[in-house]
Amino acid sequence: MPVREQNGTQIWHRRTGRESLVRWFGWLLGVAVFVYCWQIISASTTWFFVWDAPRIANDIWTRATPPKWEYVTQLGRPIWDTLNIATLGTLIALCLAVPVAFLAARNTTPSGLFIRPIALLIIVSTRSINSLIWALLLIAIIGPGVFAGVVAIAIRSIGFCAKLLYEAIEEIDQSQVEAIAATGASRWQVMAYGIVPQIMPAFAGIAVFRWDINIRESTVLGLVGAGGIGLQLSASLNVLAWPQVSLILLVILLAVVISEWVSAKIRGAII
Amino acid sequence: MSDIRLDDKLGTAWRKPHFVKNPTLRWTLIAGFVAYMIAAFMTIEVDWGRVYEGLDRGWAFVLAFTSPDFTSRASDIWEGLLESIVMTVAASVVGILISIPIGLGAARNIAPLPVYVLCRGIVAISRALQEIIVAILLVAIFGFGPLAGFLTLSFATIGFLSKLLAEDIEAMDRVQAEAIKASGARWTQWINYGVQPQVMPRLVGLSMYRIDINFRESAILGLVGAGGIGATLNTAFDRYEYDTAAAILILIIGIVMALEYLSGIIRAKVQ
Repeated sequence: MPVREQNGTQIWHRRTGRESLVRWFGWLLGVAVFVYCWQIISASTTWFFVWDAPRIANDIWTRATPPKWEYVTQLGRPIWDTLNIATLGTLIALCLAVPVAFLAARNTTPSGLFIRPIALLIIVSTRSINSLIWALLLIAIIGPGVFAGVVAIAIRSIGFCAKLLYEAIEEIDQSQVEAIAATGASRWQVMAYGIVPQIMPAFAGIAVFRWDINIRESTVLGLVGAGGIGLQLSASLNVLAWPQVSLILLVILLAVVISEWVSAKIRGAII
Repeated sequence: MSDIRLDDKLGTAWRKPHFVKNPTLRWTLIAGFVAYMIAAFMTIEVDWGRVYEGLDRGWAFVLAFTSPDFTSRASDIWEGLLESIVMTVAASVVGILISIPIGLGAARNIAPLPVYVLCRGIVAISRALQEIIVAILLVAIFGFGPLAGFLTLSFATIGFLSKLLAEDIEAMDRVQAEAIKASGARWTQWINYGVQPQVMPRLVGLSMYRIDINFRESAILGLVGAGGIGATLNTAFDRYEYDTAAAILILIIGIVMALEYLSGIIRAKVQ
């Protein structure tokens, strides 16, 4: 126990002198890193614009209100496209994520040495790259449009769904699998009757959860040209039509809130 | 169930129970799904000729991953990456510092009702607006550069971290907190000794996770001019320099993997 003598009396301290020194240096280092980062940000900022920001914000606000309500009639098709991008993207992703998850889970993978690392690499690489970057790439490859958005959302969601799904597969009750195997079931029958029923609720939950996230992500895919309501947003921003921008933002907000509500309801019903 | 006897069931084969038990609901869901799929496929226009043409470019991109070009745009890549990391660090520090008081305020069991409503409102706004949309608005207000990205990421961090922190505080053990209060602690002491030790492991884990997310998001903020590697990546795609783009993507994946590994170690240590 760290005890120090002060004026003849022993006083208890939480840490030894050395520990607190190490901690002190840790904090010092942290603060130094933060100050360095701030200096870099500050160096590449035009501070004149920042001091001018309240006036600009006020200016944009007065231009953007009230929203141009009659523009909403032109937003039906883009919203439908956005919904399609999210839903079809999620469906494709689920189809691809299931085999990847079975290959990545420790208890179902055919080969822990070769195939599991490949499956994990697919999961990490699709997960760490944002759907907007996938969309950029796909637009360069297959041209702009809704299809590029669908594929971008699908690729991005594979890693997410497969990761959650393989964790669910690793947590299953092994005794049920053994019971099915003991009846003489083949490998596929064990999978269909021993594993799949156990992960079905988790699977449905993941699907709805990811669909909700995908609705959010697909609203902005249009900014790079991959279809959906983001196209209208980017077009309105380019011509500085602020009343249209504010209306589109309201519609996006509404779509996000509704999708979150739907997903919460469905997940509540499943669990 | 009581009127079904074993004798009636003899001779009939066992059938797998359905996932959705109510048959009306099940068939409605299936019919609705099929109708939606038909409608969705009718409205998506895919230019298959264009897709077919793009396959060569897609293959060129896949090949680029085998020979990524780190050198010819090395200074651009390095600058963009440094800016992304700097934004991530600064935004995570500021975001975490701000989200702790807001998280305390958004926990119903320790905050009075007006504070609770205010903090929950802040969390809801921050969560409903996506990073990229916030970034567009902030770039319009503060001008191009990493300051807008830094503010965007800080704002997004607040919503994410405060919500999860508040949920954790609401689920804490009341007994410990009350014991501290009974010893005559002031409010700050109560938070510091009664609440903080209970939520600290989760707070550290969530913070690490958020740093990870912030880095991934910082990679796309450049698309709208808010600083970071995204601008470099966008240019590389626009100029069809797939080998440079592949190099950037490999760097992003590598850093995300390193962060995930690091956060795994730290989370294992604090729990």
